[in-house]
Amino acid sequence: MAGNKGRGRAAYTFNIEAVGFSRGEKLPDVVLKPPPLFPCSLKTKDTDYKPVPLKTGESEDYVLALKQELRETVKRMPYFVETPEEKQDIERYSKRYMKVYKEEWIPDWRRLPRELMPRKKCIKGPKSKKAKDTGKGPSLTNPADVLKKIEELEKKGDGEKSDEENEEKEGSKEKSKEGDDDEEDDAAEQEEYDEEEQEEENDYINSYFEDGDDFGVDSDDNMDEATY
Amino acid sequence: MTQAEIKLCSLLLQEHFGEIVEKIGVHLIRTGSQPLRVIAHDTGTSLDQVKKALCVLIQHNLVIYQVHKRGVVEYEAQCNRVLRMLRYPRYIYTAKTLYSDTGELIVEELLLNGKMTMSAVVKKVADRLTETMEDGKTMDYAEVSNTFVRLVDTHFVQRCPLVPATENSDTGPPPPAPTLVVSEKDMYLVPKLSLIGKGKRRRSSDEDATGEPKAKRPKQTTDNKEPIPDDGIYWQANLDRFHQHFRDQAIVSAVANRMDQTSSEIVRTMLRMSEVTTPSGAPFTQPLSSNEIFRSLPVGYNISKQVLDQYLTLLADDPLEFVGKSGDSGGGMYVINLHKALGSLATATLESVVQERFGSRCARIFRLVLQKKHLEQKQVEDFAMIPAKEAKDMLYKMLSENFISLQVGCL
Repeated sequence: MAGNKGRGRAAYTFNIEAVGFSRGEKLPDVVLKPPPLFPCSLKTKDTDYKPVPLKTGESEDYVLALKQELRETVKRMPYFVETPEEKQDIERYSKRYMKVYKEEWIPDWRRLPRELMPRKKCIKGPKSKKAKDTGKGPSLTNPADVLKKIEELEKKGDGEKSDEENEEKEGSKEKSKEGDDDEEDDAAEQEEYDEEEQEEENDYINSYFEDGDDFGVDSDDNMDEATY
Repeated sequence: MTQAEIKLCSLLLQEHFGEIVEKIGVHLIRTGSQPLRVIAHDTGTSLDQVKKALCVLIQHNLVIYQVHKRGVVEYEAQCNRVLRMLRYPRYIYTAKTLYSDTGELIVEELLLNGKMTMSAVVKKVADRLTETMEDGKTMDYAEVSNTFVRLVDTHFVQRCPLVPATENSDTGPPPPAPTLVVSEKDMYLVPKLSLIGKGKRRRSSDEDATGEPKAKRPKQTTDNKEPIPDDGIYWQANLDRFHQHFRDQAIVSAVANRMDQTSSEIVRTMLRMSEVTTPSGAPFTQPLSSNEIFRSLPVGYNISKQVLDQYLTLLADDPLEFVGKSGDSGGGMYVINLHKALGSLATATLESVVQERFGSRCARIFRLVLQKKHLEQKQVEDFAMIPAKEAKDMLYKMLSENFISLQVGCL
């Protein structure tokens, strides 16, 4: 039950003065819709409160120019990791020569966790490792180490094992030797590995036949085969 | 981190390092500390790419790693450090104002590369400066080295944590990750290097500013074969020191605005004297005697001792309390109240924001509430001397924009 309002007279159920209106004063208009979201206008005597203008000056201009330069420079740094583009169905010959030169960056592996070093599982692996082994003769005079190395080379030769399995099996022992050796080969092998990835998948070892430096240049001159 | 901050980090990482690094970085910011495999699995990125991304992030001091039990290495993003990338132009400009072009380029190289050895920095900067010089002139390594040393002496550049030298690598399996050691006393110790040489100008045939494609390039430069004398000693920009400089600048310009040029120079002198003796988080600087300040004033300023004392007294009596008197020995011991000064500056900024958005009467109410901490509706009207209806209107506006909040108390 709503209860008896004061005997026919309209009376508010709370003290109207607390809200800020004195008796008999005109109540403000009923608000029918929410206030506009934007612009946030606060009109007092026809002055909108506009934001204060930005600071400008020589130093601000210089800092702005620095920022724009920085944005351009960082894209050319080796730290900018490009997203690998999808394989195209037709490999354009010109693409090979359009690669913009970027300096290679090799981190100081001594400062990083060993698990971050890239692992190679390409066919080139055993070949390069063998070459390295002959070079690093003195350090592998320990027969136990040699056995371990051979074991590990066999595993690499399979090439079927997944990255994760490799890491778990070899563990930390092998890493200590590979850690320093791999530093210089990593960059070179990774680059070559990428090239191999892009070549067709066939049974031929890509490094077996090396294109000479004159391969592309001379092909136009010796068109003997193409005469009909 | 708020959603807006995470979005900002994402944009910064993407701009500086590309999408892959951004994906890994944002993932770490969102989820906290994680090991390598989990990152690869959760982001759906290949292990190789995650490794590369982490190497880049660690190089730039944006991610740190920690070895947990059972040899698991976890990576953690330094969210606040990512946001500092916004300030790179400001840091570089500060170095320019203090140490001119050489200093500017040194700091720029350090920020772009995260960390570098001194020899690498000197060589790179000398080459860059030589490019801009007239034909036939080159920049000497010694000059660049000198500027580098000055930057280190004033703590703008500091050493990175070191890899501890271990001789016992044969006894047991080496740890999965090196534990980097921060050496407090060596932080600003410059190794004795004799860097002799001059900057090299790049030959014009190699340089291609238009960005045309270049097919063949030598894979490795010959310099990599030479032994590096300061191998393993890396340097980074000390961002906290730059922040301290910004703080000092803000205080000095506040004093200049409020009082006059001479007072601001005195305050600047006091701050400069406390630069390396006072820790950056301290509430006030070490006490400085009036005599010391007098001796340290810049050469051009020839005000007499009495005038200096008068200025100091004025500063100490100012209600803003930027400068305080802590004793009477040595002609009067004075300190700069850093926390109070920063508090006043922050308050002034807030009041200015309210004034520009809502008007000066709202600003008056806001100042009142800020000063008295809690006020009731009626008290606001009385103290601010604003009619009740308008006062309510203004309070509600500020409430709706979250400048003021309500607190319900029981009597």
